[in-house]
Amino acid sequence: MNILDRFETHEHDVIVIGAGGAGLRAAIEASAQGAKVALVCKSLLGKAHTVMAEGGIAAALANVDKDDNWQTHFTDTMFGGKYVNNNKMAELHAKEAPERVHELEHWGAVFDRTQEGKIIQRAFGGHKYKRLSHVGDRTGLEMIRTLQDKGVHMGIDVYMECTVTKLLKDEGRISGAFGYWRETGKFVIFKAKSVVLATGGVCKIFKINSNSWEYTADGQALAYEAGAEIIDSEFIQFHPTGMIWPPGVIGILVTEAVRGEGGILTNSKGERFMEKYDPKLMELSTRDVVARAIYTENREGRGSKHGGAYLDISHKGAEYVKKKLPSMYHQFKDLADVDITAGPMEVGPTGHYSMGGVRVEAETAMSCVPGLFACGEVAGGMHGANRLGGNSLSDLVVFGRRAGLAAAEFAKKNPPAKIDEKEIQGAEKEMTTYFENTGDNPYTVHMELQELMQANVGIFRLEEDIQKAISGLNKIKEKAKNLRIEGSRMYNPGWHMANDLQNMIMYAEAIAKCASMRKESRGAHSRLDFPNPNPEDATWNSLVKKGPNGEMIVEKIPTMQMPSDLMGVLKNDQERVSKYSNLLNSSVGA
Amino acid sequence: MKEAKFKVYRGDDKSGEEIAYTVPVEEGMVVLDAMHHIQRNACSDLAVRWNCKAAKCGSCSAEVNGKPKLMCKSRLDDYDLSQEITVRPMKSFPVIKDLVCDVSWNYEVNKKIVPFTPKEGTDWTMSQRDVERSQEFRKCIECFACQNVCHVLRDHDLKPKFAGPRFFVRVAGLEMHPLDVANRLEYIKDDMGIGFCNITKCCTEVCPEDIHITDNAIIPLKERVVDEYYEPVKMVLKGIFGKK
Repeated sequence: MNILDRFETHEHDVIVIGAGGAGLRAAIEASAQGAKVALVCKSLLGKAHTVMAEGGIAAALANVDKDDNWQTHFTDTMFGGKYVNNNKMAELHAKEAPERVHELEHWGAVFDRTQEGKIIQRAFGGHKYKRLSHVGDRTGLEMIRTLQDKGVHMGIDVYMECTVTKLLKDEGRISGAFGYWRETGKFVIFKAKSVVLATGGVCKIFKINSNSWEYTADGQALAYEAGAEIIDSEFIQFHPTGMIWPPGVIGILVTEAVRGEGGILTNSKGERFMEKYDPKLMELSTRDVVARAIYTENREGRGSKHGGAYLDISHKGAEYVKKKLPSMYHQFKDLADVDITAGPMEVGPTGHYSMGGVRVEAETAMSCVPGLFACGEVAGGMHGANRLGGNSLSDLVVFGRRAGLAAAEFAKKNPPAKIDEKEIQGAEKEMTTYFENTGDNPYTVHMELQELMQANVGIFRLEEDIQKAISGLNKIKEKAKNLRIEGSRMYNPGWHMANDLQNMIMYAEAIAKCASMRKESRGAHSRLDFPNPNPEDATWNSLVKKGPNGEMIVEKIPTMQMPSDLMGVLKNDQERVSKYSNLLNSSVGA
Repeated sequence: MKEAKFKVYRGDDKSGEEIAYTVPVEEGMVVLDAMHHIQRNACSDLAVRWNCKAAKCGSCSAEVNGKPKLMCKSRLDDYDLSQEITVRPMKSFPVIKDLVCDVSWNYEVNKKIVPFTPKEGTDWTMSQRDVERSQEFRKCIECFACQNVCHVLRDHDLKPKFAGPRFFVRVAGLEMHPLDVANRLEYIKDDMGIGFCNITKCCTEVCPEDIHITDNAIIPLKERVVDEYYEPVKMVLKGIFGKK
């Protein structure tokens, strides 16, 4: 008997792994191109992390500020990313985001309106103009529901609560994926001509984070194992405003829209401390700056009662706050007994977003593995060293569409690939051996990983601490080989965690090693031992790949050359070119 | 340290029992935190469905002391901790394992709803006041608490004749979109079975998003159906000229 006959098998042209904004948009596009598409997701449809996005989607519609255009959005994105972004991605993103927002509206999304009845836009950190289209503070939910409802009418096969544990290959190109059904624990094979990764982020690696349980670096690790390259791992965004009290809710996101709508940050002395860190932009400085400011205020003894800062929006009036920030009002009232229309909330930094990820080609979102694509948070490059708020939702639809399009084209041009029986046997064994192990509980090891990374490779970094993390990770890796699983394979979260943990450990190692290699401070990567940016370090990005003996190779690759037309766009903003001259390499700074 | 005593359903659709667990209480803790504590310390295979733990995704619905709740929003200090807190899966859906139900039926209902159909040639201008009606329904996070508590589904199990409150909310969001032109009335009457709802408002009471399901979604939809099919003049005209 053929070994493959033992497994449930599905055959598609394109499989999309992950059903958040990027995955849904990719699946819709591939399907529109005539491909037979499967959408495989770890949770139920419509529950992906995108639902948690609050403040808005950034696109230069110029509905509110007439002077806005793609050039300014591009410039904001590059300066926000401290100049190490993939400039082609930043360009495509700025140019195409408006069309994607209109498309969402045409598919049924109901954005808030201006007086003239157009889509309204709000201010956000690092954006020169009011640019974020939104629906109160639940923009992500609006987006995912719109895409979900669009997708279900397109004949896409959706495989819900199905986790992919391995990508399959045939002589170098992608041939499909192997995974399990959460409900039954049974294994399943997806044969495909191309695969789109849209699995999201990594911040479950950190103890304090704003991410949902799915954000365990799955796509990053799947791609790494399949031979793809990972870039910019050291850049982890700590969102400045997460909830910090009570303990049960630590890390839950407080939308930047609170500051966008006029929220004021103060310390224990009542000082509006952002005056010291960014007197011009104040609360609307970029996230890396605000997060470090709050952290520094605390280190110097001026933190709020529970170790953060006070954020106050109550001066805008109760009606306004409830209308523009309804989720925040309920979140604080229900979870913390705080009425944000009457007084300040307490906030502090929380692990939020991974700027790094799978290295892809800007136009097609294809990785270096033929047939393997990545879009959304799992892909790297677009946001450089720091992402601007609102640029994530637009990233999802711009590059989700591009990945879906290119994956469908790849599938048209290439014959089906073969499934390698040995790979299947290996993938099965990896998942079943847990039940024979005798070691630690996977949850305990996960907590250990989170403590280690939070303490040593968190918002401020030191070589000594990073080395502690690297040696700690070696111990955790050993433990992770022998995780003990109770019960059966049926809907067993312990077993699921054991697999997710392997992915997180892989990416934690990448973060730590790249953080050690970058001996400067840039964007979200802050080194206490190298507190300043070094213009010479604007010339490279970190790259991680799997070596021939299974070791992690870490190296520097040159940043993408900027074509002269884009350089011209940047230089148009002389004010910022001189402000950031210490961050830029000489070609721009001059 | 303060402790809370739980009785958690463990088993599947055929058989199961409530197992007792004791969990240390931390300030601000919610029922979902307690379930995670149990996974970490007592039984790692306790099946719980959850995603965001911030009341935004609607995954962690269960019955806490018999009431449909999002576990991530159910604070322990709202309960009398001298008593055991019971946590069971939603009753209206088949149990897969422990607290996890098979809610796939809902996704089947959703597929059949006529999608958003915009007016041709529109310039997409809409006033804030007009979009707000639709926006109320688009707040739904699909926790299915309303489906769980609706007696037409819970006690009479009228699936698939009756679509349930979640989908009246969804259809209301489409019908009240200022630019939508599709006609869903026949579908609402015949396929969704809106007539089975006798407006007891149980759904509205449990909605974690405070959507006025009965007053703002179901009753207006019922009125539109009545106007279309049971309004005397129209009925006579239909009799004479046939169905339009």
